[in-house]
Amino acid sequence: MEQRQQFTHSALPYILLVPQIAIIAVFFFYPAAEAIYLSFMLEDPWGLSSTFVGLENYSIIFNSAEYLQSVFFTLGFAVVVSFLSLAIALLLAVKVNNILHGKSAYKITLTWVYAVAPAVAGIMGGFIFNPHIGVFTDIFASLGWDFSLYTNPFDATFVLVLVSVWKQVSVNFIYFLAGLQSISYAVNEAAMLDCESDRRRFWTITFPLLAPTGFFLLVINLTYAFFDTFGVIDTLTSGGPGGGTTSLVYKIYRDGFIGTDIGGSAAQSVVLLVLVLLLTWVQFKFVEKRVHY
Amino acid sequence: MKQKQWLDHVILILGALFMIIPIWLIFASSTHNPNTIISDGLQWLPGGNFTQVYSDVWNKSIGFSTDVNAKSMIINSMIMGLGFAIGKIIISMMAAYALVYFRMPFASLWFWLIFVTLLLPLEVRIIPSYEVVANLGMLNSFSGLILPLIASATATFFFRQFFRTIPNELLEAAQLDNAGPIRFFLDILLPLSKTMIAAIFIIMFVVGWNQYLWPIMMTTDESYNTIVMGVKQLLSDISQSSQPRYDQAFALVIFAMLPPILVIIIFQRWFVKGLVETEK
Repeated sequence: MEQRQQFTHSALPYILLVPQIAIIAVFFFYPAAEAIYLSFMLEDPWGLSSTFVGLENYSIIFNSAEYLQSVFFTLGFAVVVSFLSLAIALLLAVKVNNILHGKSAYKITLTWVYAVAPAVAGIMGGFIFNPHIGVFTDIFASLGWDFSLYTNPFDATFVLVLVSVWKQVSVNFIYFLAGLQSISYAVNEAAMLDCESDRRRFWTITFPLLAPTGFFLLVINLTYAFFDTFGVIDTLTSGGPGGGTTSLVYKIYRDGFIGTDIGGSAAQSVVLLVLVLLLTWVQFKFVEKRVHY
Repeated sequence: MKQKQWLDHVILILGALFMIIPIWLIFASSTHNPNTIISDGLQWLPGGNFTQVYSDVWNKSIGFSTDVNAKSMIINSMIMGLGFAIGKIIISMMAAYALVYFRMPFASLWFWLIFVTLLLPLEVRIIPSYEVVANLGMLNSFSGLILPLIASATATFFFRQFFRTIPNELLEAAQLDNAGPIRFFLDILLPLSKTMIAAIFIIMFVVGWNQYLWPIMMTTDESYNTIVMGVKQLLSDISQSSQPRYDQAFALVIFAMLPPILVIIIFQRWFVKGLVETEK
């Protein structure tokens, strides 16, 4: 890294940093440290006293079938949502980049969903797949699918995935389209001369050139599926039926805030933190090396 | 190659329909009599109740104990979105300026302290955060709603990346002219950052508007309801009612989406630029 020219001033940089540091100290580091501390404690049911219990909270969650179910659900859900939203967005971006007419109309139609809140998307999904008023329930029924959002875990997961993907396609689309447009005309020309088939040209030239964008987006999408889908889950299924759609974040909220199991919830937070750190580490060490910019 | 374009259009139209259909269904159904929806389900074509339903939802309190309507909730969401966006931009620009343009001891320590916040979303430290806010007496207040959300460094990161792309020669030139740090910031850096600020503002406004988990935990007083929370509350109301007013719930959903969608459509160019540039 080249050395930048900088100011030397004794007080000013600290004054500039104070608001940011103060806010993250109070609302980030203190609560994060508290979460780690609480994960080793057991609070009595009245919240009056707490005792140090070592790793007991951790051993309880890892022996709980409910928690393991939630781990599997979250990982599966994250992979499926990320894959589908990336694939659909890539397909649409390639097509928009291809066509000559109506580019901007498609662009607008495909991007504005970015602005819809996950919670609002979940509520709409709940209406559309509602057993009484939802039109798709009838359509599925006529196709012989006895669809039931509130009693069948598979159907509930299906709707969750659909809504989450619907919400996420637009972000991916924006990035992929920008990525495609940054591929130089000369590269495309050269490829056109060498290779007749559209499909082969895509997989051998365009796709590798998009790989950095794709990997960046993969991390964004996994994070989205882990954390931001809270609103979708809470409004659509509330983690049901039978806990079949309880994601890790949703479980932390449920156990800690509604179930008042502070220690257990804190231990889950720490496990999730480790997962996020792992994901970040994988991103830096593994992915960045393999992708050729 | 030309003759295959129609296939591309077919795929794109399917994609566009996938995006539009849910919102169209909700909108069309909101303009019908609620009994039609209860007996026949969602409607594909608009009905005749548009003005009636939307003015009711805008002005009257529906399903809330106090005087809460779409208008008051939209005002709260505006405060939330604007407060979040403006607060975040001011704080993060200051911090990013200090990090990029000043030589100071422990510079890398400050850097890491700030950027480690990117790794741990609010959801993960939600219960201790709630306790902090409760202890500070900030439950049911806008500062309690907004400040903890600002405690992540996304915007600081964006500004830092952006400042580093600004040619060093500008600072050298400014220093030759004896411009101090405040002068340089106001006269050179701020004008250069205009587009970036606009883009981050749009993104952060949408993020602030769309907050859900934190507001539902933080507020018990209905007068702080944001519209996203309001929709959810109306939903639980509906599930208990024997004569659910689906039309009003749908209208409220439309109200909850409309402002951020308009912002995105109107400022699309800046917004896209902002998203894509911040990746680097």
